[in-house]
Amino acid sequence: MSLMTTLARMEAVAAGRAQPAATVRHRHLSARPMALVPLTTAGEAGAPLGALVGTDRDAPRLLVVPQPRDRDLRFAFLAGLADAVLPYLEGYADGVETEERKETDPETGKKVPVEVELCADAPQLLVPGAGGVEFVRLLGRSMRFRRTAEQDPQAPYPAPPHVPLLGRWLTHCAERARVPGSSMLLSMTDLLARHWATGQSGLEDQHLGALLAWIDPPVGESGADAALRVELERFPDAASSGEQAGLLRHPPSGPATDPVFDNRLLAPAMARFDAARSAVERRDAERRIRELVASQLEPAWQLLWRGVDLLRKLPEGGHVADRWKRDRWSYTGHRDRVRAGEPPQPKRDDAVTAAQKLASRETAQARLEAQEALDDPLVMAARRLAGEAFAGEVTEVVMARSEGRRPMPRPLVTVRTDDRPHVNDGVRVFRVLGDKVQSAEFVAYEPDGIVLRLTGGMGQGKEPKPGSVPEEGDRLCWTLFEHAPRGGPALPDPEATPWTHGGPPPEGTLVADAPDPPTDEDLL
Amino acid sequence: MNGSFEPEDAALDPGTAAARATEAILHSTLHGTERGVVVDSPPGAGKSTLVVRAARELAAAGRPLMVVAQTNAQVDDLVDRLATADPDLPVGRLHSSEANPYDTVLDRHPSVRTSAKAADLAGLDVVISTAAKWAYVSNVEPWQHAIVDEAYQMRSDALLAVAGLFERALFVGDPGQLDPFSVVGAEQWAGLSHDPSASAVSTLLAHNPELPQHRLPVSWRLPASAAPLVSDAFYPFTPFRSGTGPGDRRLAFAVASDGSAPDRVLDEAAEAGWGLLELPARNTPRTDPEAVRAVAAVVRRLLDRGTTAASERSEEPVPVTADRIAVGTAHRDQAAAVRTALAELGVPGVAVDTANRLQGREFDVTVVLHPLSGRPDASAFHLETGRLCVLASRHRHACIVVCRAGVAELLDEHPSTEPVQLGATVKFPDGWEAMFSTWEFWSRHRVPWQP
Amino acid sequence: MNASLDSRTPAPAPQAAPEAALPRQTEALRLRLAELRGPETAPYPLDARALAALAANPGCRRRALLDGAGVDKAALARAIGSPATFGQSQFAFVRGNAFEARVGADAGAELVRLLVETHRDVAAPGPEGVSVPDLTATGQAARAARTRLALTEAFTADRWSLLFHPMVTLDVAGAPAHLEPDVVAVGPDGHCTVVEIKSFPVVDGSADAAKVGAAARQAAVYALALGRLAERIDGPEPSHRGAPRGTDRIRPTALLVCPRDFSNLPTGEPVDIRKQLAVTRRQLARLTRIEEIAASLPEGTTFDLRPAADGTATRPVDELVHAVESVGASYSPECLAACELAIHCRSRSRGSGAVEALGRSVRGELGGLTTVESVLLAAAGTQGDETDPAVSSLRRAAALRAEALAGETPCH
Repeated sequence: MSLMTTLARMEAVAAGRAQPAATVRHRHLSARPMALVPLTTAGEAGAPLGALVGTDRDAPRLLVVPQPRDRDLRFAFLAGLADAVLPYLEGYADGVETEERKETDPETGKKVPVEVELCADAPQLLVPGAGGVEFVRLLGRSMRFRRTAEQDPQAPYPAPPHVPLLGRWLTHCAERARVPGSSMLLSMTDLLARHWATGQSGLEDQHLGALLAWIDPPVGESGADAALRVELERFPDAASSGEQAGLLRHPPSGPATDPVFDNRLLAPAMARFDAARSAVERRDAERRIRELVASQLEPAWQLLWRGVDLLRKLPEGGHVADRWKRDRWSYTGHRDRVRAGEPPQPKRDDAVTAAQKLASRETAQARLEAQEALDDPLVMAARRLAGEAFAGEVTEVVMARSEGRRPMPRPLVTVRTDDRPHVNDGVRVFRVLGDKVQSAEFVAYEPDGIVLRLTGGMGQGKEPKPGSVPEEGDRLCWTLFEHAPRGGPALPDPEATPWTHGGPPPEGTLVADAPDPPTDEDLL
Repeated sequence: MNGSFEPEDAALDPGTAAARATEAILHSTLHGTERGVVVDSPPGAGKSTLVVRAARELAAAGRPLMVVAQTNAQVDDLVDRLATADPDLPVGRLHSSEANPYDTVLDRHPSVRTSAKAADLAGLDVVISTAAKWAYVSNVEPWQHAIVDEAYQMRSDALLAVAGLFERALFVGDPGQLDPFSVVGAEQWAGLSHDPSASAVSTLLAHNPELPQHRLPVSWRLPASAAPLVSDAFYPFTPFRSGTGPGDRRLAFAVASDGSAPDRVLDEAAEAGWGLLELPARNTPRTDPEAVRAVAAVVRRLLDRGTTAASERSEEPVPVTADRIAVGTAHRDQAAAVRTALAELGVPGVAVDTANRLQGREFDVTVVLHPLSGRPDASAFHLETGRLCVLASRHRHACIVVCRAGVAELLDEHPSTEPVQLGATVKFPDGWEAMFSTWEFWSRHRVPWQP
Repeated sequence: MNASLDSRTPAPAPQAAPEAALPRQTEALRLRLAELRGPETAPYPLDARALAALAANPGCRRRALLDGAGVDKAALARAIGSPATFGQSQFAFVRGNAFEARVGADAGAELVRLLVETHRDVAAPGPEGVSVPDLTATGQAARAARTRLALTEAFTADRWSLLFHPMVTLDVAGAPAHLEPDVVAVGPDGHCTVVEIKSFPVVDGSADAAKVGAAARQAAVYALALGRLAERIDGPEPSHRGAPRGTDRIRPTALLVCPRDFSNLPTGEPVDIRKQLAVTRRQLARLTRIEEIAASLPEGTTFDLRPAADGTATRPVDELVHAVESVGASYSPECLAACELAIHCRSRSRGSGAVEALGRSVRGELGGLTTVESVLLAAAGTQGDETDPAVSSLRRAAALRAEALAGETPCH
């Protein structure tokens, strides 16, 4: 935790409510996100118990599995989920714009402009917490290799239609969620904790109810008290509480359920369902389970949308649209792969794919950190404290030129600052200049301030372009980090994986992984 | 491991043991049938000498080669050594297009050609560059041979980017120093043989376990007082010994001790090769002013007392001047604070840096600000063995550790709740164990100080 | 610590002789601990999970004392009005049992297959089959005796033996803890493998790393106990012709058996437990200091709940709280998932304004500033020594933050 964050948290403790950790919203928030609040059964590999899903906060769709061990009921849940989610996910596929990209023409070897299709917008999934993201990942993995009856008439337990396709999309979203700064699949706790510093620990912030209590406490109650109440309060363990005795007043946001709920309410209801002999008994028992599961889901659903409301109040950061565009590229790419009939994502990344993902995520992280600082003075303040940026007033500008045949302008600028950046000889610094970046290099520490030599942003001529050289009295902010970090070198194709990394994958393994063999006691 | 440490090596003198190991390595490199050869090189074992020699032998055998190093400083150092050792050998230095892309000392060698384009240098016997630059080279005939230097500090994905440029390679590195890392999580690939965040050597060996692995068995840098501790604590599977015996490396002071704690710890270090200057226990921020001043005071006294070093290198003892002393810290801000403190004491010219930047360098005497000094608890960063190993293995004569008391308690209370990734090889030595055993050892050379 | 590359040799124990490792509990200490827990109360059984959890927060004296004295921390937490938040859902319980039963079915045929696959140096069972001795008996002592007999036989038999739910005792600060591993497998070569059966899944070869870590620590506790039992069985004679004896019999790699992917089919994964073994040995050796902690308490301190006939605590709450507070704790948010008293300790920590209530890592940067109040006063400039880097950084941080929130900073 940075010192700035620590201080903010302590200020929250003193103030009794969360303090801002950002002045703008650093993630894209769709005008029409789809919320997914799942619950899973304890002790299973993510076997779903139920979920609320939808884009309309007032009309969620409830999906429940009355007996998670029953394959047909599970499949019905997955079919229902596909029915609810897939049209939304695919709904953005046809609204396209064209973008111009430079690609290397294979014949001439030159870079030529090419028109490429880019989806104008993309879906956004919101889940309550990190457990929800994991659940999406797990569901995606379990579904994407299944075969429907259409794909494989011999399959003993064919998946309902569209389930494998949903699996591919969920896997794509979950993998995209690993990219720093992406907004395709977001966890509300992560989103809120990015923008507010509470007076509790990061671990405790993973409780959505407690987090919201700090950020937006009820009138007349401090954030700390409200959070504690939401976290711990249970109905009294007495007859007066009826069937809710001992239950948490504010059910956990999942995917894990309150064990007391499992033991006292759910288990008997499921036993009743299992024991049902007639269709009427079964229907009643199922209705009961649906009610129970809904009672545990609804509070989390409300919390999630409350979080959306709070986030909408923040103005969007300047570079958020740029990062969302990358998410749109990612969406478009997956759309194209599905349309092209490519197989689902393999179970394990090969050496080249893994290396590519790591490198691109590192670039994304550097880009995210730079852009958040440029968009938000509060974030820039933390970078300044860490010695990675500095701001101050220009006290002197001395014109100078580079040596050599074509002398270029290299003015010396002195900046007085209270910051203490980690600069020494030759360190390059950058500042925003219009819609471009101006670079400079550190020359010396003087009593008057830091002396920099401008090395760019002044045009190609002998004289610097007007406005490109700061003047005395200007207030500037220089960063030690690049504003637009570039990606790394190209990596070999998987077919050309070198011997050091195991050589190319054997023939045929770049084709689809086989579906998991079905057994009698599958959970998902 | 099919290394070269047979029991009878122990009976050989260090020079012979090292020579035998080197011959075996060169034989594997020149005549072996495997595509790769791995050499573990403990601190000061003569890695650069080995690389230069291997390059020359390959070149002499008519086998042009490329050399991959990790930083520009390493590349320039290798080029310089190679050209100095063999002024007629055509050597290419491939460099970036940035300003000041290489050390101008290379321009003094007529046999060295520099260029930003690999094509300009093809055909030269040896072409050397950084992994980062090589990754952008394409459309060249692959080399038959390559030498990959500092292969344990190279990340797996960096190797992936350049491995297509060569057929066979000699991989040399120090397994005890800092591992490569990523600021982004890489847990989803932990346990996979091609985990891109693992070291190049671990990926190489995971896919090619039959490759010959050699070991340089002698450290010519570490004195007899240090090699056993460093070897036991940081190289449990690839032990090494000192190239010199007890008494071969000596420090002497022209000025007697003034009885102060810094002087007494210097006396201890001169005697035993190690000294621990222990400040009173207290929780302090990283740039603990008292500890920083203590470090600066020790350096100051080292210079003021006219310290001289006697070794096998020269007949007469040589003065330990500022350029022969270094201060090592865990964090950059600690290094900055020590630099300021030294400037205030009027002491210029002493290298002060973090472990990351001290890797590969050597000094007569080092002063180390212990990574756990003043901390209420230890984090994974502070317990990283590579960091402590680098800090404790830079010296030829003595190392003084400056630390606040309380480390034993901190280690004792350290929670062990680490996650375990299936399939991932467990890394030895364990950070906690290394901290503990070194602390126990250094405590025997403790000089307490109440400043 | 100089662990050899050969994974079959565990790192040597720091103590000389295994039995003499922990000093015998004196009668006085035993009485004192009984007094602390309540003379009518049986000691809360320390199982492997609890022992493994000793490593979670070794610096906490409160936990060390309560665990050492056999106090039921969950009951204590309920009695003082801060009940623990975690409990177990019966679904998890049922599932765990069902999977375990499946693994052990057919006299453990599946399990042996997994073992042979993992330890590729041992042969699969031939016509001699697999021995699955009956270990049932009444009472822990009898079960432990049965286990010892079965193990002795298994060591000399030239076949695979599977001991399901054996009972091994481990001397913990002078009192025996009865541990029940899931399975102990003895190969025809005389080597023992600890098998841990868990119901969390292994998907595509990977599993939740925190859960695997917990399983590894548990397995290490069993491995340690087994090693000591093996020493007692084999006695001091040296080994013949390289056959393993004593602690050398216990493989430093445990077998973790979990459901594979989304099915109920078991998959076995080897887990290297050398580090966990070293940690457990250290933690067990540290337990001896409960004597010192107990001695530091005020005269007459007890955690006795004085339960009524129906089990409810009758001891006044403020007395219990006072007793709990008489021994220091080391709270951090990680305690919430690991210790039943965490809610109480958290409220105290927050009440005193301790900075670690916000996270373990927070303390490091703040140096001598240990309370929220002192941090805020330092940041505001009204308190604190400017030469303390923590204070000057906090002041700078506060100024930068205020500037940013007031909208005064340039970003360009």
